[in-house]
Amino acid sequence: MTGLDLLLWAVLPYVVVAVLVGGTIWRYRYDRFGWTTRSSELYESRLLRIGSPLFHFGILVVAFGHVIGLLVPEEWTTRAGLSESAYHAQAVVLGGVAGVATVAGLAILVYRRRATGPVFSATTRNDKAMYAMLVAAIAAGLTTTLVGSGAVGEQHNYRETVSVWFRSVLTLRPDVDAMTAAPAAFRVHALVAMLLFAAWPFTRLVHAFTAPVGYLFRPYIVYRSRRHSRSRTPAARRSQWATGTAQHAPAGPPHAPERTRRAAPSPGPAESPSASNGLRVERGDASNAI
Amino acid sequence: MTRPDRAPGRVMAQLAMVMNLDKCIGCHTCSVTCKQVWTNRGGVEYAWFNNVETRPGQGYPRRYQDQETWRGGWTRTRGGRLKPRSGGRLRRLLTLFANPVMPNIRDYYEPWTYDYDNLTSAPLGDDFPVARPTSLLTGEPLSIQWSANWDDNLGGGAEVCDQDPVVERMRQKAEESVRFAFEQAYMFYLPRICEHCLNPSCVASCPSGSLYKRSEDGIVLVDQDRCRGWRMCVTACPYKKIYFNHKTGKAEKCHFCYPRVEVGLPTVCSETCVGRLRYLGLVLYDADRVGEAAAVENEHDLYEAQLDLLLDPDDPRVQDAARRDGIPEDWLAAARRSPVYALAKRHRVALPLHPEFRTLPMVWYIPPLSPVVDAVAESGHDGEDVDNLFGAVDALRIPVAYLAELFSAGDPEPVRAVLRRLSAMRSYMRRVNLGDPADETIAQAAGMTGAEVTELYRLLAIAKYHDRYVVPTAHETDGPVPEAACGLDFDGGPGAYGGPFGEASGRPVPVSVETFHALKDRQTADAPADTAGPGARVNLLNWDGRGRPAGLFPPPHTQEQP
Ligand code: HEM
Ligand code: SF4
Ligand code: SF4
Repeated sequence: MTGLDLLLWAVLPYVVVAVLVGGTIWRYRYDRFGWTTRSSELYESRLLRIGSPLFHFGILVVAFGHVIGLLVPEEWTTRAGLSESAYHAQAVVLGGVAGVATVAGLAILVYRRRATGPVFSATTRNDKAMYAMLVAAIAAGLTTTLVGSGAVGEQHNYRETVSVWFRSVLTLRPDVDAMTAAPAAFRVHALVAMLLFAAWPFTRLVHAFTAPVGYLFRPYIVYRSRRHSRSRTPAARRSQWATGTAQHAPAGPPHAPERTRRAAPSPGPAESPSASNGLRVERGDASNAI
Repeated sequence: MTRPDRAPGRVMAQLAMVMNLDKCIGCHTCSVTCKQVWTNRGGVEYAWFNNVETRPGQGYPRRYQDQETWRGGWTRTRGGRLKPRSGGRLRRLLTLFANPVMPNIRDYYEPWTYDYDNLTSAPLGDDFPVARPTSLLTGEPLSIQWSANWDDNLGGGAEVCDQDPVVERMRQKAEESVRFAFEQAYMFYLPRICEHCLNPSCVASCPSGSLYKRSEDGIVLVDQDRCRGWRMCVTACPYKKIYFNHKTGKAEKCHFCYPRVEVGLPTVCSETCVGRLRYLGLVLYDADRVGEAAAVENEHDLYEAQLDLLLDPDDPRVQDAARRDGIPEDWLAAARRSPVYALAKRHRVALPLHPEFRTLPMVWYIPPLSPVVDAVAESGHDGEDVDNLFGAVDALRIPVAYLAELFSAGDPEPVRAVLRRLSAMRSYMRRVNLGDPADETIAQAAGMTGAEVTELYRLLAIAKYHDRYVVPTAHETDGPVPEAACGLDFDGGPGAYGGPFGEASGRPVPVSVETFHALKDRQTADAPADTAGPGARVNLLNWDGRGRPAGLFPPPHTQEQP
């Protein structure tokens, strides 16, 4: 166990968790206005309608597979009567289908980003970095599948190494040796994934955290009172004014005597919000001005 | 005229609008002022919260009324329940990753600008330099194909207008080929904003619950902090009045100028309307019966069902119920004076746009009598004679059928009834204006009394500002809110116009409160415009040209003084 191993497998995971959780809370508090899928379907929908469902359904199954593979100890499935080889067979088949769908979908999405003029123009540097990390994580993941199943090199049962390490991290007793025993492909995949998770709160990927499951249980028509429609967080209150279209009820006393005598200070009519990166929209937007 | 057999359920107030189509001259002032105020930003270049379309025509976005394609509004299931036409809850979540019927930007139009720079920077040559159009989406040169009112004034002719979905429907129903007779075209303008529906399908389709109907005044709004860009509302609105901001990735829509109406000012489109054809007022309605009314089986009954929801503000039982449900006294008074209630329910001259979408729209339209009057006058008859007009209303099948497709789900009777009332008003008032004795039989022919006709005339023809706009101010139920009470916000103080990092930093000024109060002050004041000290800024959009605001012009030349 070298110092680097210690750093990568005992310290880094916690840093990533801290950044992921802290970053998400920060973003939710201060940039709720930037929290969106930034859909590009208005520009192009033919390719999106193939690529996006392929990718999303694929990645959701893959994510589910990771949870099972990493969290459920091998003894449990063995005790349940599922042999190591049988478990692997089903994982490879299910994972294989989902993996192929994910990669195909991702390929279509990336191609579409590059090839459709308006979509390409709307692609920010943030998006490009996100896609690079996403592609890297998925590519590294596929390599591990090939390595693990023995198609390339020696077969490796990651549930005896990576999974053990993963659970040890969760129980706050990181087992660095378990991870160093895994083949390099697995370690690379884990590293890239950690990078992706650390960047997650600062990209458009946050949309996954607000998947709208509550919709299934809600009455169709939503009424909200003017009184209660004020947002509570400081940033939300700010963006209320900043975006102009933040269609809350305006807050404030109806009569602010000193103010009414001043000329209306509009926040700069010509400015438009620099929202193209979806991260920050400051004040100053003509739509506020009447 | 609430049904006597039924006590009102939960009473809610709704700010609503009526547009008198006979007066619209198609000048697009409303669209332009609205755009200047609300959507002159990147991401919504293509969006017109208010647009004016020529009928017959394809509308904006193209053919939006064709719900077989666009799947907006509600459908009634066989069991008699309502379901968004674009699908129920589960289906919606499963199609979240790519909306199956999202309009493309080209269904609106690809926004563009011009390469103005070329006008000054082109090298000297024989040719006159031109400013070529370039796309605002890609920056590439673009050939302009379509826009929000490309078929203005029947531009494009039969080729374009033949694809009007309303004309198509009429054709289907007539089972004969009614060619769109361009030569004998009747034509009128249809200004459109969001309908602020009582049963909004946009709200129903929003997975994250960011769209909501405000319970105080019924305005339908998007909470920008909660919108996640799932873009389902764009499909679900049958009027296509939700626009996806492609820069911010959030939905935006007409918000009935809520910062203005909250302080009692009319919406921008109403205030600036050249024809002065818009009316704003409250209606009280029975919220418990909304679902029932929207789900009546026969589409032709929807108009009556919708009218039936509106409660009579003069009925003491309604007033008691309204008080019980927390509607303040001044709002009740405003509801009694409401021109919308008067035109829609008392005089029954205003109709909802496409009631068959089942969203119970709250912008009402007085259908134009002008095609009828024109037809009578062109045939050499007296266009103000009640018998001629009544005869024409019955005989002119095509304009009436067209109006009926727009305003009463294809049932010509409600349209005819309105046109008869308007005709009767025309004839009745002509006699009065010529000094002849009033002829009560004319009023009776349309089922009205002379007094009612006169009242209608006052509302429609005299149309005083304060009769057109009866907008009660909002009630602030909470105490002062922190951002409006920054201790350093006083004039000239450090918090006045900017924070520590200059103008655009720090806490923003709550514009909607401040701007609108200032605006109201200015509009009702006799004194010239702001003359506050140095640093005072003037908002050019609402500077009315009066006075000489400091900071707007350079200081006067001192040499001019002797
Ligand atoms: C679980 C619920 C999720 C939902 C409901 C969801 C939904 C969406 C939607 C509506 C879009 C916009 C598509 C468009 O119109 O342009 C989108 C884009 C995207 N999502 Fe998701 N997503 C989810 C999870 C995820 C996850 C877990 C990932 C990745 C790990 C992901 C990665 C992406 C990417 C990369 C895009 C951009 C596609 C493009 O335009 O190039 N999503 N998602
Ligand atoms: S017209 Fe307005 S309220 Fe009605 S469904 Fe469309 S956006 Fe919603
Ligand atoms: S401003 Fe008035 S008259 Fe002009 S187009 Fe708009 S609604 Fe019609």
